Amino acid sequence: MTEPKIKIENLYKIFGPNPKSVIGKVQDGMSKQELLENHGHVFGLKDINIDIPAKGVSVIMGLSGSGKSTLIRHINRLIDPTSGKMIVDGDDVLSMDKDQLIEFRRYKASMVFQKFGLHVHRTVAENAAYGLIVQGKPVSEAKQLSQKWIERVGLGGFEGHYPSQLSGGMQQRVGLARALSTDAEILLMDEAFSALDPLIRTDMQDVLLGLQEELHKTIVFITHDLDEALRIGDNIAILRDGAVIQQGDPQDIIMHPSDDYIVDFIQDINRSRVIRLKTLMTPSTSASDSGPELQHTMNLELALPKIANSASKSATVVNEKGEVVGSISLDQIISGITRPDVDTGSSETRYR
Amino acid sequence: MDFFTKFPVMGRQDLRDLKKSIDAGFRDFSREFGESLETFFEPLLWFLVWLEKLLVATPWPIIIIVMATLAWIGSRSTKIVIGTVLSFLAIGYFGMWKDTMSTLAIISVSTIVCITAGIPLGIFMSRSDRAQAVITPILDIMQTIPAFVYLIPVVMLLGIGKVPGLLAVCIYAIPPIVRLTNLGIRLVEKEALEAADAFGANYRQKLFGVQIPLALPNIFAGVNQTIMMALSMVVIASMIGVAGLGVPVLRSISNQYLALGLMNGLAIVALAIIFDRVSQQYGDRLQKHRQGIKHD
Repeated sequence: MTEPKIKIENLYKIFGPNPKSVIGKVQDGMSKQELLENHGHVFGLKDINIDIPAKGVSVIMGLSGSGKSTLIRHINRLIDPTSGKMIVDGDDVLSMDKDQLIEFRRYKASMVFQKFGLHVHRTVAENAAYGLIVQGKPVSEAKQLSQKWIERVGLGGFEGHYPSQLSGGMQQRVGLARALSTDAEILLMDEAFSALDPLIRTDMQDVLLGLQEELHKTIVFITHDLDEALRIGDNIAILRDGAVIQQGDPQDIIMHPSDDYIVDFIQDINRSRVIRLKTLMTPSTSASDSGPELQHTMNLELALPKIANSASKSATVVNEKGEVVGSISLDQIISGITRPDVDTGSSETRYR
Repeated sequence: MDFFTKFPVMGRQDLRDLKKSIDAGFRDFSREFGESLETFFEPLLWFLVWLEKLLVATPWPIIIIVMATLAWIGSRSTKIVIGTVLSFLAIGYFGMWKDTMSTLAIISVSTIVCITAGIPLGIFMSRSDRAQAVITPILDIMQTIPAFVYLIPVVMLLGIGKVPGLLAVCIYAIPPIVRLTNLGIRLVEKEALEAADAFGANYRQKLFGVQIPLALPNIFAGVNQTIMMALSMVVIASMIGVAGLGVPVLRSISNQYLALGLMNGLAIVALAIIFDRVSQQYGDRLQKHRQGIKHD
């Protein structure tokens, strides 16, 4: 992989009256319990190391209190860390001075918020243009530039409305348009869709994925929802109690959860919809049987009936270019669907 | 036993000396600085006199037309405009026109002074908790100390006249605008401000683009309160030489003229209601984005 767009190194955040006084002990491995009882401080983040590649959707996932919202606010330094580094394109955001930081926030990274963070006294058009107005562009020019994004998120015709006149989903579209208008390469999304109801949420995920196909931004997406993470994430980091407990490819996390916490986490997901053929197939380069040819990105749910209906009960897996990359059998699919916690003897999905 | 029945008072001589030295100290201070303070307030006096003369000299129909227009611009309500016109006609008909114009002048000037000093002070107060901790008790004192008490030093310093009257009005009327500006800015949603931060807004952009606009309902409530409190000081201000509706009220107290007192008192009430309704409607209209939303 090439140099990551954002590189988070040894990031610590401690909350309390005097975090600097205990940072040394924390780095030496003091426990959460001891820190709270003997020193009156609380962990926010603990030794975070994450590489975020350019032009992909990186999801940081965790339950409430896991520190995920704190973490994303370190990327554009809405929160200052206790120690560590946040390298974006080779520059450490955490050592920037005030003007550099303002510059960084104006041009390099924009943000979408869980509670939208719209300005209720501005119209949709003015909100969408806000980032550009802050950059110093004349209001009329800023509005003109952001108009395209208002239309892209499906709000054409609502330019003159105020946020209070819109539904939650529409308000977040404004938030998205505002973030896209500045043309920043990095898009930080803090539980951007969590406040929306499920149907609208799926809708917005589609909007985002559609935009991403075309824009290839570096997106850091925070969520507590595993389905959402699996749906949009190119890679996922799971956070618990302020520490990363597993990071990697979504398929990898499902197939090889690193501990019981993650096993619990992935228990309720629809495996047949999430797992793709390429994850389960036996790699090979020759078409071995007469079964159907299936795309390697196809999920099990779609592949299952096709394989079940074929004579050989197996299929050839091909990539986007139509080249054969492997084969898969009905048994492999069934073992893939089996939840790892159900002890059926299927050693394939046994985890460590 | 003496200790329990008699309060251990400070010695009579000592007490007298203490008071004397305070008085003397302040007298020295006012001798030293009274003149320069007067020069400092000169522009204010000049402005007040100019405005009063203008209002008194302008023919009454023009004043009524101007008032009606201002009421319309502020409120966009025919009811309020008609009320304004009728009130001024009644005031003129009962022979209180000139006094009303004088009162209008001092209220306008003191409101302007309170706003120009009060809003920045409120903003400053919202920036730091320490500033708030210091300023809040001072505002409490300004609002609760009987007006007659601070009239003493004001008169010692500046004598009797319009400027000390104006000062007395402002001391009493400025706290609400300061308080409510501070409160309004502190109540601005965290999310709105964080979004401004995230997009790289600087201090000025945050203050004028987010905090003040969002605090406007509270700031406007403060302006409204300030006007009301200034009006309620009119009678006391007239004790130290401010012309206006307060003077006849004062006269009717000492001579027991019920009708005179009542009429002038009601004229003050009429002004208060007009100012209040117009400024409130204007404040509401600035909040067009809150249409359809209940707000406090």
